[in-house]
Amino acid sequence: MLLFTASRALRAALTILFVMTFAFVVLRLSGDPALLIMSVDAPPEAIKAFREAWGLERPIWEQYLSYIGHAFTGDFGKSMRDGRPAIDLVMERVPATLAITLPALALKVGLGIPAGVYAALHRNSFADRMTMAVSVAGFTMPSFVLALLLVLLFSVNLGWLPASGADSPTYAILPIITLGASGAAIMARFTRSAMLEVLGQPYIRAASAKGVEWRRVISHHALPNAAIPTVTIIGFMIGSLVAGAVVVESVFAWPGIGRLLVSAVANRDLAVVQAILMVIATWMVLANFTVDMAYGWLDPRVRGTAAAH
Amino acid sequence: MTAPLVEVTGLTVDFERDGRSSRAVDGVDLAIAPGEALGIVGESGSGKSVTWLAALGLLPARARVGGSVRIDKQQLIGAAPKVLEGVRGKRIAMIFQDPSSCLNPVHRIGWQLVEALKLHRGLDGAAAEAATLRLLDQVGIADARRRLGDFPHQLSGGLNQRVMIAMALAGEPDLLIADEPTTALDATIQAQILALLASIRRDTGMALVLISHDLGVVAENVNRVAVMYAGRLVEEAMGQDLFGAARHPYTQGLLAALPTLTGPRRRLAAIPGTVPEPGKAPPGCAFAPRCPLAEPRCQSEPPPVRHVGLMHRAACHLQIDVGVSAWNLPRAAE
Ligand SMILES: Nc1ncnc2c1ncn2[C@@H]1O[C@H](COP(=O)(O)OP(=O)(O)O)[C@@H](O)[C@H]1O
Ligand SMILES: [Mg+2]
Repeated sequence: MLLFTASRALRAALTILFVMTFAFVVLRLSGDPALLIMSVDAPPEAIKAFREAWGLERPIWEQYLSYIGHAFTGDFGKSMRDGRPAIDLVMERVPATLAITLPALALKVGLGIPAGVYAALHRNSFADRMTMAVSVAGFTMPSFVLALLLVLLFSVNLGWLPASGADSPTYAILPIITLGASGAAIMARFTRSAMLEVLGQPYIRAASAKGVEWRRVISHHALPNAAIPTVTIIGFMIGSLVAGAVVVESVFAWPGIGRLLVSAVANRDLAVVQAILMVIATWMVLANFTVDMAYGWLDPRVRGTAAAH
Repeated sequence: MTAPLVEVTGLTVDFERDGRSSRAVDGVDLAIAPGEALGIVGESGSGKSVTWLAALGLLPARARVGGSVRIDKQQLIGAAPKVLEGVRGKRIAMIFQDPSSCLNPVHRIGWQLVEALKLHRGLDGAAAEAATLRLLDQVGIADARRRLGDFPHQLSGGLNQRVMIAMALAGEPDLLIADEPTTALDATIQAQILALLASIRRDTGMALVLISHDLGVVAENVNRVAVMYAGRLVEEAMGQDLFGAARHPYTQGLLAALPTLTGPRRRLAAIPGTVPEPGKAPPGCAFAPRCPLAEPRCQSEPPPVRHVGLMHRAACHLQIDVGVSAWNLPRAAE
């Protein structure tokens, strides 16, 4: 088990290193930041000075090694725009992103799972068909379309909720709904099929044959088994929480990491983009790691093989 | 014969599929006396499992069940869930073909046994644990205390079937339905499980319905045998009568397919053709298309169930004499 955990941790670290390397290379290859930041008609001396100040004139592998070396000490370079440490710029945006993504996650899980379980238990009923129809709509619609529809309805037509900004908690409502709705739809669909799969298993019929009442068959025999595949989806959702907020933060002008990423890319603020990608990758890797651990806890069969590793 | 413990009369099961319904069980009559062992045989797809799942209300909602199943005076068909939950496990227990998938993979063996004990005997805590150990001991599981902490995937199929039997015994049922309890197990384990069932029956006086597609499995373990084909009962007799003097061509075909003591073990594949699916049986005798003696009326008229001897019934238009096999007559050889 210790070995299992250690090998997962090593794999997680390698994944993060890989993402950092990839981001570094792609960003350096995609254009000269000096020209973009300084504007093309800046005097050549100024551009040269900028390059020297940021170490851009050194060979790329040297820049890379120095970047990775510093990263190990927690130094991810400085923003080329305002000179502050890139990681600080990113971290101060984290609370805003979590403020909409965590409630959205709660919405996905809190709405999606009960809806999916209900639909499975009332398979082919009117409620089941409705739930599935809504859920198809929910996850085929791109989030910016949903965002615009919501804005149209609640801000423009009804005037109930603000459409953009972050001046008070009410500003968070539309971003949260936009982020949560499609996730809840996916969650409902997935939970429904996981539940149907479990309900068709011989041990469910055997539990009934044993005399266990139906409610308890559901709660003690079906749900703990259906939870196993469902955890994968929850893990995936947690992993993509930050990355998934990029579009929605931009549409609603919500000052989180996603919006910072869009502006940093537009400004070619390399250090900031790299720091954001690193934070997103670390987040995803941690989420995966947690899911693996949760699996072992929920599914004794996995626990067995993990111990045998 | 004493008053039956369980009486099945005119049991029918129809499955709705794509708006059409097809009949999987077609008017089964059976009676089981207290303490009796009844074997039910027939090829796979004959409706053996569905009959007993219907009796216990374990079929999905799209199955329409008709007729009557009584235990003592209690009607089970159409009974309220509360009534059925009180009968399942407590009066009639059921074990199934694939024990390893009938135990819940996420719960420990001990947990699953305690659940049954709590349900049927109201036991909890230390009393439940003591009773669990006794049950495991009763079904011949050595090292019972350690097994309590195991998950089903850590146990062999044979051990899991023993656990299933222990769980069935938790409610001290009057009748145990064992649906192909050894089909998924290999031959030596199969013999052990059958011996275990026999010894439990001796010790507890519980009645047993032993379902199998293999006449050989049933032969040594029951008093009486009922043969099912395409959802109907085609022959029913005391064990020695059925094995010595079968009167239905289908039963005779099953017997002819049995391996001899010295010969190799074979599956029941010797009758050419297959069991018709529900709804696809011909209007007359369902076995007519495969029967070596079929006559025109067999195709069109369903044969009545006739008494052909003492406690011996058969559903065949042709009244085949004792000692004659449909499969040895000259016509069969053509
Ligand atoms: N849940 C179900 N839905 C539809 N058809 C079923 C269902 N269960 C069984 N059947 C059909 O009923 C027939 C009898 O099945 P079964 O009783 O399982 O046969 P067996 O004699 O092998 O136990 C089979 O043709 C099977 O396909
Ligand atoms: Mg069966």
